[in-house]
Amino acid sequence: MSVTLDSIEPNQFDAFLSTLSSEDVIAFDDLYVRYEPKTDTYEFETNEITASRLSESELHEQARQASDYLTNWWFWSEVVGDEVPHLFAFLRFLEDGDEHPVVDRYAALADGMTKAWGQLQITTTLAQDGARQYEIRHVDDHDSSASTLDAYSDPLSARDISTFDGKGRYRPLRTAPSLPTGWVFTELSARDAYETVDTFYPATIANWYREHQGTIDIDHWRDTAERQTGIYGIIDELAYDAVEHVAATCCTDSQCLKRREWQYDEETPLHAEGGDGIFPCREPCSLVVAAARKWTTLEREETETYTFELTSSEKEQIEDIIHAVADDETDDIREADVYEGANRYRARFLREKRMDEHGHLIEADAGHGHSDHEQDTHEE
Amino acid sequence: MQSLVIVAHGSHLNPDSSAPTHDHADTIRSIGAFDEVRTGFWKEEPSLREVLRTVEGDEIYVVPLFISEGYFTEQVIPRELRLDGWDVSQWDSDGLSADHAVITAEDIDRTVHYCGPVGTHEAMTDVLVRRAESVTGDSDVGDGFGFAVVGHGTERNENSAKAIEYHADRIRQMDRFEEVQALYMDEEPEVDDVTDFFETEDIVVVPLFIADGFHTQEDIPEDMGLTDDYTKGYDIPAHVDGHRIWYAGAVGTEGLMADVILERAADAGASIGDALEIVREQTRSAEPAMGD
Repeated sequence: MSVTLDSIEPNQFDAFLSTLSSEDVIAFDDLYVRYEPKTDTYEFETNEITASRLSESELHEQARQASDYLTNWWFWSEVVGDEVPHLFAFLRFLEDGDEHPVVDRYAALADGMTKAWGQLQITTTLAQDGARQYEIRHVDDHDSSASTLDAYSDPLSARDISTFDGKGRYRPLRTAPSLPTGWVFTELSARDAYETVDTFYPATIANWYREHQGTIDIDHWRDTAERQTGIYGIIDELAYDAVEHVAATCCTDSQCLKRREWQYDEETPLHAEGGDGIFPCREPCSLVVAAARKWTTLEREETETYTFELTSSEKEQIEDIIHAVADDETDDIREADVYEGANRYRARFLREKRMDEHGHLIEADAGHGHSDHEQDTHEE
Repeated sequence: MQSLVIVAHGSHLNPDSSAPTHDHADTIRSIGAFDEVRTGFWKEEPSLREVLRTVEGDEIYVVPLFISEGYFTEQVIPRELRLDGWDVSQWDSDGLSADHAVITAEDIDRTVHYCGPVGTHEAMTDVLVRRAESVTGDSDVGDGFGFAVVGHGTERNENSAKAIEYHADRIRQMDRFEEVQALYMDEEPEVDDVTDFFETEDIVVVPLFIADGFHTQEDIPEDMGLTDDYTKGYDIPAHVDGHRIWYAGAVGTEGLMADVILERAADAGASIGDALEIVREQTRSAEPAMGD
């Protein structure tokens, strides 16, 4: 069903005429209009209508009857424009603009077309004049009534919303899957929708566009590592296997919503999962570089053999603790849930039993102790 | 179309690090001096690598929100922004006089005006003084007051100390404060002994840092004896050895910093109309700095 807007605004028709007078032809989506100077008439064609030798007033009437096509042209040409290609492409993507005919799209937009971008849910609808309006909220709030969410309209508010996670912790990585819920941006213009998304997830639209154009510039691990100077100059020491661990540690969907496209080098892929995100990750980010510096220094150490006595359950508990920390689940373990190995009381008991007064694991053979604990320096 | 890109360090650990960058960008946006204002960071996003591809203008002014010329402004930023063929000699600087260079950014194949850091611009002196006004709540502060400009020192960067001395000299030449002293965290004269260097009872202490963080919120207050434990906060003014110390925190958080960013861009040829006057006036009513 077509949701025909029953009129076109005078300024929309003026813009239409003005474009035809300067360019002779408008061909956009399913609309084709041509001005014939010799006869001073117009040819007008949509999926439903073909008309020719129209006078200006007949053209106006035809345009009014096919107002979906006209307002669609007006929105994309006059409101959005193609000066910023990635902005244009992104907004088209939000309504599958290159896939569905105008009439179908207008029908869908009447109900709202929804797309996900990372943890954002973006819904496009039509305003009365055919301009699009956008609503952005957290995907996990998809069922919430907008009135129960904190309403925003300034794109820059996205900066503050996304600085801390739901537990109030600083988010050093904007594309981490830890965006807090409970907010909504309503009635955004095309430009403001773009700016809001770009504030939540900086540069993701530009990179997604470059990828679609086939011009994405990937800097692989080696490129990035060899470029570093200063305190990060050492990370090119990391062996291939360690880089695999870095990617598996930092770059899966549970840690970052970008889809890792960088590999060890041009010829050598990494096998760690890179994620399924819609926007690409084109080089190791600063967080990965900073963490890699720490791992570079740690990887320089030789392994040693220690002998600790643990019961089978205690060994399992240490494994549980590592999993709980690695999967950020420590806050989910209830205070009195002593059935969880990473429970606080369980960890305290283990420390009492198996660690000395300096906080070090007690080795089975006390005479074979290592004293390298003092090397445990704190670095950023 | 004219674009301003403010580039800064940022932090993986501390959200306060980028807060002044965002605040000053917002100030400049609000007065409409540029068609767009973007921010890019070494440690946050958009990264220095990717910020330029979000920029739409054809006249692009890149202003580093850094205190001194050195490793970041001369090596890291040009490399990460992919300023093609950059060489520090293009600034023809003595360590304090970097102005701007016009250079092609390979990432977008457009020319950018790469400006010197805000910290060495002469307008920065006014921000230091404004910071003193803010922390004392007195727009005429000067009589009976000493003024200490605090820097990191030369351990990491020789030019860092040059910037401190430069602004201390300029404040001295204003003949507004009774005494002016440059002090350092890791070399003589040390900020730890601040009261030894002043006769005046009242001393305003302003760190020449871009953002508040570990040094300005923890080290310096404890080193000066404002508090035994920074987590407990300190008084403004705090009483130390018979002096009243008005500790201002990082100068970079002062609203007038937006003026220096604009000055840098204007010096590089940006057309900013009466933005400087507006910013100077608009940021004057900023709340006095709070220690916490």
